[in-house]
Amino acid sequence: MFFCGTGIAAVETVRFFFPRVVFHPPTTFKIGPPGGFVSGSVPDTYGVILVDPRWKRDNKFFVVRAEDRIYAIYARCTHLGCMVNWFEGEKTYRCPCHGSEFHSNGVNFAGPAPRPLDRLKIFLDVDDQLVVDTGTIYTVKHFDDKNAFVAV
Amino acid sequence: MKELFKKIKASQLWRSMFRHGYEDSFRNRALQITTNVALHLHPVTTSLLGSRIRHTFCLGGIALFLFIVECITGILLMFYYRPVIEFAYLDMKLLQYDVHYGMILRNIHRWAAHAMVVVVMFHMLRVFLTGSYKPPREFNWVIGVGLLVLTLLLSFTGYLLPWDQLAFWAITVASNMAAATPFLGCEGPFRELFGITQYNDMKFLLLGDSEVGANALLRFYVLHCAALPLVAAVLMAVHFWRIRKDGGISRPL
Repeated sequence: MFFCGTGIAAVETVRFFFPRVVFHPPTTFKIGPPGGFVSGSVPDTYGVILVDPRWKRDNKFFVVRAEDRIYAIYARCTHLGCMVNWFEGEKTYRCPCHGSEFHSNGVNFAGPAPRPLDRLKIFLDVDDQLVVDTGTIYTVKHFDDKNAFVAV
Repeated sequence: MKELFKKIKASQLWRSMFRHGYEDSFRNRALQITTNVALHLHPVTTSLLGSRIRHTFCLGGIALFLFIVECITGILLMFYYRPVIEFAYLDMKLLQYDVHYGMILRNIHRWAAHAMVVVVMFHMLRVFLTGSYKPPREFNWVIGVGLLVLTLLLSFTGYLLPWDQLAFWAITVASNMAAATPFLGCEGPFRELFGITQYNDMKFLLLGDSEVGANALLRFYVLHCAALPLVAAVLMAVHFWRIRKDGGISRPL
């Protein structure tokens, strides 16, 4: 009886440290119609026409316009999770923590990052606006899945 | 006047606080140690070798001194710091630039913390190089390893509290390492075996959330200010007690 009670108390005390509810801001963001992501410039070596960093600071993603598709790159370094920055001059993403670097399409080429930057769920809403959902993350094997990009 | 002093010294109040005279006698020297709560951890007599500075460099004593400095400055900082994301950074800045004497208190707390990590490391190195971990002192070595881990955890939890960019990303990086724990981390190998997701893994336990946020700040504050120092104090008491039980300091057995 004693050991039973102590055991239950120990287990429940561990569970006490796992909150049942965590409060996160909404994960879906309307970012405007697909026509809004044009620059007129030619695609670079990686087929990227435009990297839009407007949502990086508050929502942690970049919107990337490639030749035939639009996708959202999650600005979370695949090494240890710091927020990467986009350098327009060098056309690379860089991580301030341990110096990982990524091409404009998110593929890693320098530093300790083990895989390309992850992508987020993106889809066209009923009103023809693009919506990004930061709650669903696609790793490199799933970049061609449905909702990992929007064809244009 | 002499009569007055004599009366005071004979009073119960005086004799309840000061239990022996001033005379420099062996008996009084021993009583000085044993009747004082702060000094009674110290043995009444030590071997001559124990007083040689180059045998220990007093590294353990310095570590204890720094821990006491941390407690005093830490308690003072707590009077102006609120562990809430709206106020933490502001309170830290106010402590530095507005609170009288706040800048130096915060910096003493910070530098003493760095020094404590270094001194505890050197203490461990000294104990290792002089072979002082060998029986019968092996139990105390294990307690010491516990104290080393506690020192690092105190340093780690205190790092988040300023709530600036350095703090935020350092804890992000460190907690992502916890996420890579095998079996129990949401990005670690074999995580599928126990159905581990980012909402029930080691990182979630550490931060109280899937990312560094309000829960993590409060959690680290409680650990830093109450839980870890309490455990450290208990382990230190055991550590000092064992030194005497195992034959005293810096003496071959």
